[in-house]
Parts: sequence; structure tokens; C-alpha cells
Amino acid sequence: MQVPAPFEYERAASVDEAVALLARHGPEARLVAGGHSLLPMMKLRLARPEMLIDINDLSDLDYIRTEGDEIAIGAMTRHAGVLDSAVLAEHYRIFAEAERVIADPIVRNRGTVGGSLCQADPSEDLSAVFSALRGTAVIRSESGSRNVEMRQFHTGPYETAVGAAEMLVEVRLPIRPNSGSAYEKVERRAGDWSIAAAGAFVQLDGEGRIADLGIGLAAVGADHFTCEEAEDALRGGTPSEEAIARAAAICAEGCQPQADQRGPVDYKRHLVGVLVARALTRSAARARGEAA
Amino acid sequence: MTATEVPAPDDTRTPGGNPLGFGRMLRKEDARFLRGQGRYVDDVVLPGMLHGAVLRSPYAHARLVSIDTSAAEAHPRVKAVITGQTLESLNLAWMPTLSGDVTAVLATDKVRFQGQEVAFVIAEDEYSARDALELIDVEYDPLPAVVDAKHALDPDAPVIRDDLEGRTDNHIYDWEAGDAQACEEAFAKADVVVSEDIIYPRVHPAPMETCGSVAHMDKVTGKLTVWTTTQAPHAHRTVYALVAGLPEHKIQIISPDIGGGFGNKVGIYPGYVLSIVGSIVTGAPVKWMEDRSENLMSTSFARDYHMHGDIAATKEGKILALRVNVLADHGAFNGVAQPTKFPAGFFHIFTGSYDYPAAHCKVTAVYTNKALGGVAYACSFRITEAVYLVERMVDCLAFELKMDPAELRMKNLLRPEQFPYTSPTGWEYDSGDYPRALSEAMRIAGYDDLRREQAERRAAAESDPSVPLMGIGLSFFTEGVGAGPRKHMDILGLGMADGCELRLHPTGKAQLRLSVQTQGQGHETTFAQIVSHVLGIPPEDVEVLHGDTDNTPFGLGTYGSRSTPVSGAAAAVAAQRVKDKARLIAATSLECSVDDLEWEHGRWFVKGDPTKGQTMAEIAMAAHSSLELPEGVEGHLDASVVYNPPNLTYPFGAYICVVDVDRQTGVVKVRRFIAVDDCGPRINPMIVEGQIHGGLADGVGMALMEVIAFDKEGNNLGGSFMDYLLPTSLECPSWELGMTVTPSPHHPIGTKGVGESATVGSPAAVVNAVLDALQIRAADMPFTPAMTWRALQGRPMRPDLAIE
Repeated sequence: MQVPAPFEYERAASVDEAVALLARHGPEARLVAGGHSLLPMMKLRLARPEMLIDINDLSDLDYIRTEGDEIAIGAMTRHAGVLDSAVLAEHYRIFAEAERVIADPIVRNRGTVGGSLCQADPSEDLSAVFSALRGTAVIRSESGSRNVEMRQFHTGPYETAVGAAEMLVEVRLPIRPNSGSAYEKVERRAGDWSIAAAGAFVQLDGEGRIADLGIGLAAVGADHFTCEEAEDALRGGTPSEEAIARAAAICAEGCQPQADQRGPVDYKRHLVGVLVARALTRSAARARGEAA
Repeated sequence: MTATEVPAPDDTRTPGGNPLGFGRMLRKEDARFLRGQGRYVDDVVLPGMLHGAVLRSPYAHARLVSIDTSAAEAHPRVKAVITGQTLESLNLAWMPTLSGDVTAVLATDKVRFQGQEVAFVIAEDEYSARDALELIDVEYDPLPAVVDAKHALDPDAPVIRDDLEGRTDNHIYDWEAGDAQACEEAFAKADVVVSEDIIYPRVHPAPMETCGSVAHMDKVTGKLTVWTTTQAPHAHRTVYALVAGLPEHKIQIISPDIGGGFGNKVGIYPGYVLSIVGSIVTGAPVKWMEDRSENLMSTSFARDYHMHGDIAATKEGKILALRVNVLADHGAFNGVAQPTKFPAGFFHIFTGSYDYPAAHCKVTAVYTNKALGGVAYACSFRITEAVYLVERMVDCLAFELKMDPAELRMKNLLRPEQFPYTSPTGWEYDSGDYPRALSEAMRIAGYDDLRREQAERRAAAESDPSVPLMGIGLSFFTEGVGAGPRKHMDILGLGMADGCELRLHPTGKAQLRLSVQTQGQGHETTFAQIVSHVLGIPPEDVEVLHGDTDNTPFGLGTYGSRSTPVSGAAAAVAAQRVKDKARLIAATSLECSVDDLEWEHGRWFVKGDPTKGQTMAEIAMAAHSSLELPEGVEGHLDASVVYNPPNLTYPFGAYICVVDVDRQTGVVKVRRFIAVDDCGPRINPMIVEGQIHGGLADGVGMALMEVIAFDKEGNNLGGSFMDYLLPTSLECPSWELGMTVTPSPHHPIGTKGVGESATVGSPAAVVNAVLDALQIRAADMPFTPAMTWRALQGRPMRPDLAIE
């Protein structure tokens, strides 16, 4: 049996209590939500927090709702909730497509949106999704709350903008009319981390030109899980096959994948190109109201 | 029984709703498994039990400079710390392997693979034991590691086994079979010769339950009881007696419910020995249970064969000869578990299912800085490697001849009238109708339609790269299972024959004691059905006992698909003896001549007067009564048998796999898999199908994702289930099974064994399908997306090394 190193445990009943406990116990304390990343790392003794603060009682952070022209997703929303959400299905198909290939149903029943983003694994699919959609993170501390753009949220592998005595409580997304989104991922086996994954949204204007778009990339060492150069190249133009191919090529060149048992660098770059093109093509088709 | 005669199914139902004999019935053991009431080694909890944990080497190859255990010993809950030095004083630092080598229980001089056992902590609880591992200070002097088997024999390669006197290289053995000269001549005459390098990479059996043991040495009685994960409890008892000098009658091995073996639980691991030493040292029971990473990194791997094949044929596609050179990577210690005369197992059955006169193989085994093992994962003693070799070579030949691989196979398959057939490397195949099995698989597949669809798809793909490529792969396998006979086959000098004891209690309920050990195969059901088939008593009235050496007869255990061919035969013979004895007793009870008695299922009756007869239950009661029995007939109703198989049995099958390959991403999707198996009569068709389903999933796993690779430093890159990938239901199609039935002429009930068939036969079908899709002659599995894409690029990667 793999067993973690010794640690202390507290259970928070409210967000205020959770951030107070974080403030009291300092940087060696960690929040645990679904625990599906943290606990395995603790059992392998790769993570050794001295204090675990369990926030599974904070069910008031489990929601997905529209607020005006925005969608708000609570940090304690489970993956399964994202997968099943009617609100997200209506506005952003990318979520269901990404969630369907995240781990397996058992993990999705426990793992949370906030936990996934704060774990900040370089292969995390939801990080690519929120980066593509340019969401905003809402972070709470004892002194109040602040907003951080999702593209500034991740500061490095396993590192985020969330401070030691802070807690991610919500992610907000703008609702974009006339848009479509999609997610593409290739893995060695269901439930594996992706070899490479790409998500996108495309918003069209009245003439069928790209008014706005976003690209998200996971597992390939892309800065902030995206490629803004490729977005800039497409914005304002029509989503033609050639234009999409050009943008996909920029993504393939711009990312920094590392060779591992999932594949060599040349393959991963190639895959980024294929997946970005597929995600953009399908997003554009959805924005035009076409099937699929 | 002739080769085409099939026993009629018995439609009689027992009071429990089960078949009286062969047929589908729910597994008796599932009543407890489905309720979570199985009892595995880790469920064993004894009063005062302590917990052990193993400190393992982070290096693949390093000299041990020093070990400081003082901080660990000072941990308040630690009872003892054992190192190689401790064991040296007991003369237990090294133990013999099953193949004439020795292996370290705990390292004394060097560590020779990553994950090797270095120290053992015994503590009051498993958490403290693990915590204390971090308190042990080991100083290593790292050495260069031998990782690539192809370079193990280089003159400048580091010598791994400098513990062995006079050792100057990493060579273990050369072994050959067949006729090199005849091969030479056949190749000289051939129109076509195709050569290919083929790697069957290192994989791991990865049973759901990891290995472990609970050892208890009772100081008063001197009795050692070990609850342990073993597929061969009796063999383990004898080995402990021989190695540790413990009296064999004072050793009891209990193999309780086992969560899968696949070969992983044949060997004796240092952890088992350490739990025993720990119990002796502390005087308390000691449990050791490895975690998943430990299981994947340190216990028996499988395969790791680097093969070079040459196949010769006429231009019409008649195969003339096959030869193969194998470089076998055995890891740091030669710990394969093969019958003594067969260091490469049954690999020389590689001529497969085809009719040609000349064959030769040479196997060279080498040491590398990797974990030991080498027969495991449902391979039927390396027949998996053999089938993979021949089935890949036949496809390579078809590729060169531009001939349909089904047509080429059909042209060369052995014909039914050739059985019994002696192969060019000396195997005597007992029975078979191979063309019938292949035709059946092609019928189920709709083979011609599939080829038509493939042609259309290829035409469409020319203009559209997003159209998936379709591939159709075949494989035909012949297995040899059920080792012995004992005069040819032994393990550590123990002949491969198995005992069985059947006893009917006075009320006619039976107990059957077996030497073999189920790991999930359903023995408690199948063996009850065998007795039911012969005696006509309901299978629910037969209790199958196994896995406890104090309560079962000696035998070599369950691996190599040998339970049904060997112990199944023993059970059938025992039941037949009981039936014969019952006839004598019935004749006395009914006051008639033995010859006047006729058998109907479960009952002897007087010819011409069916109302006058006795059921088995009545006979059993009579056997235990005051009835005066004829001279020479003892009371009670029982029989004991040691079954020495006259030959192996030879199950076979024809498999067809259909895949779709996204050539832009390299993703392979198995669309269909058709498996026609012939394992002789099926005792419980449901269990047989379950075995086949599992084996097919294994095949998909090995062909598409399973591999243990190593980086240059010898780091194991498959040490967790996030790294070592097993297939899930999402990677498996809905299997399409078919069957033919060709009984074994020398087995009492004609059955051949099926546990490993699908694992042996399926990888080649999947690989042949992928390569057929890519229209490439050869590339190595596993076909992960990256491996597939690189093969398509003409830049294939080696599966056994780290991707760079």
C-alpha cells in the first residue's frame, strides 16, 4: 500500500473558514477538494503538505449559472457537473467535449473545476479550455476578493497566481453570441493524460468573418495554455481552410512540447497542428450554425 | 473418441438449476466475490501482526557503499530493520531462481536493477514501516547500466553479475532447436526469402491484486504458515524447505483468493522470504504487501524477445522453411520459470500451424540491468512470442508476394488428416482441423466484404487524408499446454504431474481436493462440473478445495493453461474411479452381478429393470454402512489420482481483427475482433468465453499500449498505471466469438485448456491489422499514436527505449 507522509487535517465549513485556516497554517497547508491529483501525489510522497484543509463541505461553490451576459462556474463544481451542464451545452460545446475525455467517470464524480485549475498540471484540459475562452478567475482571501485573467492565472508548471492564503472560488466567462467551440484530444488510452490537446472558440460577425476567437493548448508547453500569435493571425479574416491551416502551423511551431513516452517532439508538434485545425474548423462550423 | 466426435450437451437441470455436467452455469465463487466477501492475502489479519516494507534501489546499477539503519531503528514503532548483511549472517542473502541462477533477497554488493530490494523494515503498522524507509541512509556508487539488450554482449559492456565467480560478460546461455542444415538447404532452393527484425517488448502481467504474504512462525510448534499470493502453493512449500532448510511437513502455504496471476505469481519474491525471516526475527506474524509501483517495477516481467526471422517460400506461396535468432533479455538475474529442459520455454513451437519441413531457432539470453522474470503474462511458456514471430513472418511473406494473407495461410495450414502431427522441432500436435477454424472466422467476419470495403476506403483516402485507413489482420495459433509429461518436464527437479482427491460423504455430497490454484479462472465451478459430468451428481454438491498445502495433494500449480489439461484430467479420472467403485457397491446392495448393471447419469440400475437401481447418494450411504462388501472392495467412496499427462494438448484458433487508423493523428481504433477458438469440449462455455474476452483485451493492450521501456540510466518508465497502460472497455470492441470443437484424443474428457489462448493468439492479429492499414511490411508494437505515426513516416521508433 502506498501511504502518504504524516499530515494534519481540518475541515472547513465555509469559504471564510477555509481562507482563515490557510492564513493560520501558512504555505505548508493545502486545500483538498476532489483530491484526485493531490492524494496520489501525496501517496507517492511527491507532495507532502503538513496540513490538509478539506473544502468538500462548501457545496455553495458548486454551481454553473448565467449572470447577465456571463457564465459563472463555482470552484467546487465537479467535472461530472460540467459534463452534464445544460447552460454550458447551450453556450460552449467545448466543455462537454473536453470533459468526456478527462480521466474516467469515477474521477469526474469527485474532481472539481477549482482543483483542476489550481493543481496546474501542464496537461490539464480545463486549463486549456478556460485559456481558450479567456475566462476570469475570482480569488478570495481574508481581505476580500480579486479577479485574475485565466491567461495570467498559471505562472508555471504546478504554479498559479493563487497565493498561500488565498482560494479560487469561481471562474467567469463572457457569453459570446454567434460563436462555436470545440475540443480535440489525442491520448494513448481513455483516461490517460493527453499527448496533445487543443480547444477553440470562434465568433463570427455578420459577414462570416472571425470577430473573435480563442485557442487553448494542453500538454505541449504552450505559454499560458494558448497561442496568441495564431489567434492574431486569424482574427478579422474568414475561417478558410488555408487560414486555419496557417494558424495551426503557428501553434505547432510556437509550442514547446517535451519528448516522453507519449511521443517525440516532432510528433507532438505535428499533432498540435492537426488538432488545432480540427478544433477551429468545427468551432467555425458551429458558429455558422452547421451541424456537428 | 475420434477427432470429430463432439459429446452431446447434457440438458438435464439440477435442483439448483445448473447443468448436470457441462454447460453454462454461474460461477460458484462469484457469490462471495460479488458481495465483497472474497478473502485475499491482504484481508488476513492475525493477532499481534506486524507490517513490513521494502526499501528499493533508485539506481539500475550501483555499488552499495554503506547502509545506516540507526535512525529507522530508533523510530518508536519500528521493531526491526533487516539488510543484506543481516541475511548474509543467516546464509539467506541469496536464493536460487527457478532456472539455475541465484538472485539477491536483499542486495549485499551491488544493486542491479531499479527497484531492487535493499532493506526491509518491520513496524507495528504499515504507515510507520513506510515512514521508516525514509530514515534509512544508503550510500550508492552509481555504475553505468546495461539497458539495451543489443549491447549487453559488447566487449566494453559493464559486467552485471560479478557476484558469480569467473564471470566476464553478460551472456547467460545459447540454446537451439530444429535442423539448421535442413533450413540452409531449403533457403537455397527458395524463390522468395523475407527477413525481418521483430521486437516483442517487455510487458507486465499486472494482476489486479499485487503480490504479498503474511508469514507466521509459531515458535512453540515450529510450524511456519504463509498466506501468500501464489499460483503454485505446493511448489512454493517445497522450495522454502529446500532453500531455507525448514522441515517441509512444518510448512503450510495457504493461497487464499487470488486477484489474478497471469504468471506474475509463479515465482518466489524477496518480499515473501523477508516476511518469513521477519516473523522468525520478531516472533510475530509479519505482513508484506507490495504497492502497484513495486509490482510493476520488481516482479516478473514478460516477453522481452528481440527476434530476427527469415522465411523461405516458393513464388506460389508454399512455405519451405522458417528460422529465427532470438536475443532474450532476462534482466539482472536469470529468473525465468521454464521446465528445466527448456530454457526458452516452448518457444520452439514457432513453426506454428503450417506444414513445412525445415525450421531452426537459436536463442541467446543476456543479463541487463532490469528486473528479472521472463515467463509470465499468460504466455504458455513463450508460445506467445513464438506465435507472434510466425504470424508476423507469414504476413511479411504475404506482403512480398502481394498475396492475400488469408489465402497464404489457407494454402499452408496443416490438414486434418496430418494429425497427430510431428512438427520439425519435435512437438506432437494431438488433434486439429485448422482450415475449418479459419473458414469459420472468415465467415463470421464477412472477409470478402471487408476486403471490398477496404479497397473502397483506400480509393477514397487518396484524395482525402482525413479518411481513416482500414486494416484487416489475421492470426492463426497453435498452443501446447498442460505440462508435463513428467519425464520431459520438471521445475527444479519436480516432475509436472498433479494430484487430486475425490471423496463422497455418506449423503452423496462430494469434496474434490486439487493441487492447482485458481486466480480467477473459476476452478470451483469448472472442476465441480467435471465431477458432475462423470458422476451425474449436481455441481452444487461438489465442493472444490484448493490453495492450502495442508489440505490438498501435491502438484505444480496453475500456469501455462495447465489446470484443465492436467488437474482436469486428474479430476475426471478420480471421478471415473469412484463411479467404477460405486458399481461394485451397487451390485452388492442390489444383489446382482456387476455386469448386469447399466449406467444412467448419476445412477446404476439393473438392465431390463430401470426401477431397480441406486443413485450415487444411495451408493455413498451404502459404502459407509454395515453392508458387507465383496473381497477387495474397501468401504467409503473415494479415489485419489496423480495424473501424468501423456502429452501436451494443443488448442488452436483463428483470429481476425479490423482496425481503423487516423493517419493524421496515428490513433488506432479496433473496430471488430473475431475469435474462433478450439479448445476441445467446453466444460462451462460462459467461463471459456470470459477467459477469451480477457485474453483478447490483453492482446489489444500489448499491440496498442502496454510496454515497459527504460531510459539510458535504466529508469523504469512503466512504474505506475498512468505509465503502464492497460486497455479499458473503451479500447475493446464487442468481441465476436466463434468455435469449433476438436477433442484431444489423449485427454480423458477431450478438453484442451484455454486460459492463455487469446493472449497468445491475439497480439499478432491486431498488429497485422495495423500494418495492413498502413500498408507497411513491419514495425514494432505497441502502436500508440506516436509509434503508429512514426511508422507511417518511415521513421519507426524502438518500443523498448525511452522516446527522445
